[in-house]
Amino acid sequence: MGDNDIALMAHLMRRAGFGARYDELEERAAKGYEATVEELLHPDDNPDGLELDLAERYFIEWNHHTRGLPEYVAWRMINSRAALSEKITLFWHGILCTADSKTQSYITSYAELEMFRRCGMGSFRDLLVEISRDPAMIYYLDNCLSHKGAINENYGRELLELFSMGVGMDGKFNYTEEDVKECARAFTGWTIANGIPGQPYGRYEARFVYNAADHDEGEKTFLGETGNFNGEDVIDIICKQPATARFLSRHLYRYFVADDVQVPSWMDTPPPDPETIKMLEDEYFRSNYNIRSMLRVLLNSDAFKNARFSRIKSPIETVIGTLRLAGDWTSPKPGFEWIFDEMKYMGQEIFNPPSVEGWHTGQEWIDGGTLVHRINFTAEFVANLDHPGIQDIVSRLASNGPTITGEQLVEGCLRYMGHYELSEENHRMLIRQASQDGELDTSSKDFPERVTKTMQMIVSTKEYLYA
Amino acid sequence: MTSNKKDPVLVVLQMSGAYDAVNTIIPYNDPHYADYRPVLKVAPEDVLHINDQVGFHPAMKPMKDLYDQGKVAVIQGIGYPNPIRSHFRSMDIWHTAEPDKMGTEGWLGKAVRDLDPNKENVLTAVSFGRGLPRALALPGVSVASVGELDTYGVLTGIDGEDQRLEALDIFARMYSPLIGSGPANDYLSQTGLDALKGADTLNTAPLTYSSSVEYGGSPFAQWVKNISQVHLAEFGTRVLYTGLNPGAFDTHANQNIAFPKLWGEVTDAVSDLYEDLKEHHKNEEVVILMFTEFGRRVQENGSGTDHGSGSVAFVIGDAVKGGVYGDYPSLEPGKLDEGDLKWNNDFRSTYATLLDKWMGLDDKAILGGSYEQFDFIR
Repeated sequence: MGDNDIALMAHLMRRAGFGARYDELEERAAKGYEATVEELLHPDDNPDGLELDLAERYFIEWNHHTRGLPEYVAWRMINSRAALSEKITLFWHGILCTADSKTQSYITSYAELEMFRRCGMGSFRDLLVEISRDPAMIYYLDNCLSHKGAINENYGRELLELFSMGVGMDGKFNYTEEDVKECARAFTGWTIANGIPGQPYGRYEARFVYNAADHDEGEKTFLGETGNFNGEDVIDIICKQPATARFLSRHLYRYFVADDVQVPSWMDTPPPDPETIKMLEDEYFRSNYNIRSMLRVLLNSDAFKNARFSRIKSPIETVIGTLRLAGDWTSPKPGFEWIFDEMKYMGQEIFNPPSVEGWHTGQEWIDGGTLVHRINFTAEFVANLDHPGIQDIVSRLASNGPTITGEQLVEGCLRYMGHYELSEENHRMLIRQASQDGELDTSSKDFPERVTKTMQMIVSTKEYLYA
Repeated sequence: MTSNKKDPVLVVLQMSGAYDAVNTIIPYNDPHYADYRPVLKVAPEDVLHINDQVGFHPAMKPMKDLYDQGKVAVIQGIGYPNPIRSHFRSMDIWHTAEPDKMGTEGWLGKAVRDLDPNKENVLTAVSFGRGLPRALALPGVSVASVGELDTYGVLTGIDGEDQRLEALDIFARMYSPLIGSGPANDYLSQTGLDALKGADTLNTAPLTYSSSVEYGGSPFAQWVKNISQVHLAEFGTRVLYTGLNPGAFDTHANQNIAFPKLWGEVTDAVSDLYEDLKEHHKNEEVVILMFTEFGRRVQENGSGTDHGSGSVAFVIGDAVKGGVYGDYPSLEPGKLDEGDLKWNNDFRSTYATLLDKWMGLDDKAILGGSYEQFDFIR
């Protein structure tokens, strides 16, 4: 098992998870790449290693899901071995968006998230049916206000525009305004009981209700097909469209492989890697819309394996990845709420995507304020020698012998942080800095600090902004 | 205009949590007031009278003093269509000036883009607090977001001044743009260097600052002091933003304890800022907007007040024509909006007035429409 295998595993775990410490990378690389992909694709068959019993008894607010939901989600992301299950849950939260700022009901948002965890790698058709029945969504996009004879188009429109097909593809529109209306008609009667806002009556979990009396039974023409369509019929028609295959493939590519332009530009901007997109589109139809199958093809593709450091990390990836590297928050202790705030300060507030379009990604994560915050947050963690993950990197470096060179120090840090790669200039600059006092005595008192200083410089690079 | 006025500067103070408009500008002469507020009512003789109808809460004495000098516009009955009683969504609406759809672009971000279209000054806008408010968010617009001015900067966690200077030197070299490295890399380089340059400049503000004004010790008061420091340092900053921590004014319970204390702190800080600027002969170039996301329920709950809609906002400064604007919403039971004050002027009218009459910007382009303006700017 060579460095290459571990570097590839580090890449896989950054993309299909939130990064992993070196010992986990060694262990997974020993099992093999494809075996690890299969394990990640089948979270139900493999232990996730989560000790939720203990955490839930400590963070008692989680039991009620009235507070503490962002922290609960963060806890899972930090500690679950079923990394892809958490990652795909976040993926759908950023596409099939609802925001707590409107729904104001953590218990309902929690139910939605568990649905993503349950259905997020299954059939895309089933997922669209589930999200159309999801109480948080029905409230968020006003389908509960859409009635027979008086439709509210909000959900019907976003289902097409942002959840399945996209406005257009290859410069052409995918559907008409008439299709939006017909789609909304098909979803009349899909509503909720226990309307969501907590104020002024208190919070209850909302549930899906199909009100047949309020469903428009009339004939509808949608994307060229005519019939007395209900919501599921419309979803069946949507799933058959090449535009849907493209839209889902492009989303998976952007989330797992490489940055792409923002969604509203997809109609007129071709995908960055048409061959890989085509491969995913083919698998979408071949597998009967199975997301797990698409992910298997994607994660085992050369395009994925070669796409290292071509996505700017999201704030959630930054914060969770840093905590996983440091080995912090593996057991309950007081003061967890701030994790939520750290992500927010970097521009990603979990449960509050800025709009139904989800978060803008890539370089839009970075502005002066968020960059400074991101670097300082990460630099603080890697410099804290109380964290077991940081201690581990120091002792791995110290085990190289009584002395190491500045070059060995820099390369060792890059390796144990997950085989990061720097530009030649920056690499040289860091080695020069690390070498200025000659060889480093690994048993000296200030050795650990020399290591953490080097790591601080690494996390402040442009390269480290990428995953 | 006025004598020492240079480029107009807008200071925005966000009073998060939704202050209780009814007990902020108190309709002390309305017989309904005492009925709605058996516990929370302020006795008419304690209210700081503006006229024979309304007056400030007694904890707002510093603000009343500024009002008496003719420097405060009180915008009564401010709100927006289809009021939403969620803190977050409502604050988003104030930030994006888009009540009808989920907007993502901040109204002040757009103002900053118009103030500095060629991005010549990385400090055209500075925000104090944790995280950038959406009001200032706009792709391509750089805003300095400062937690603590005295220690603001990149890699502040590195111990030892020499080591930090060395690290910053390397940082600057690492963020130098490389030829042919692509637009994303160029953007990151520029952002990193802007942040570094912004920090280098901002760090000098406290060093050159001296004043006889002593601000309070709360984070908010210190951020207001930072606003003064940055303005006095003449970096060309045109928009300065800070606020209370989220939820500060969210007085569902024990309002009689928290509310006067907060208004005392806040109005002290506002008055300190005004005095500080005046001491340095820079009072005429600054106008302050103070707002909250919505009002609170007219009927108290026995200890505090729940979420409401119609509110009150304040515009403060030498350039302001002091007085009361907008009508005080009726307290008559039949004229409330689901138990809340019914708004009668769109918050975008206040924004439009500030953008156009004060900042000299195209309010219609920024707000995506035309809103009737007030005449509170001289």
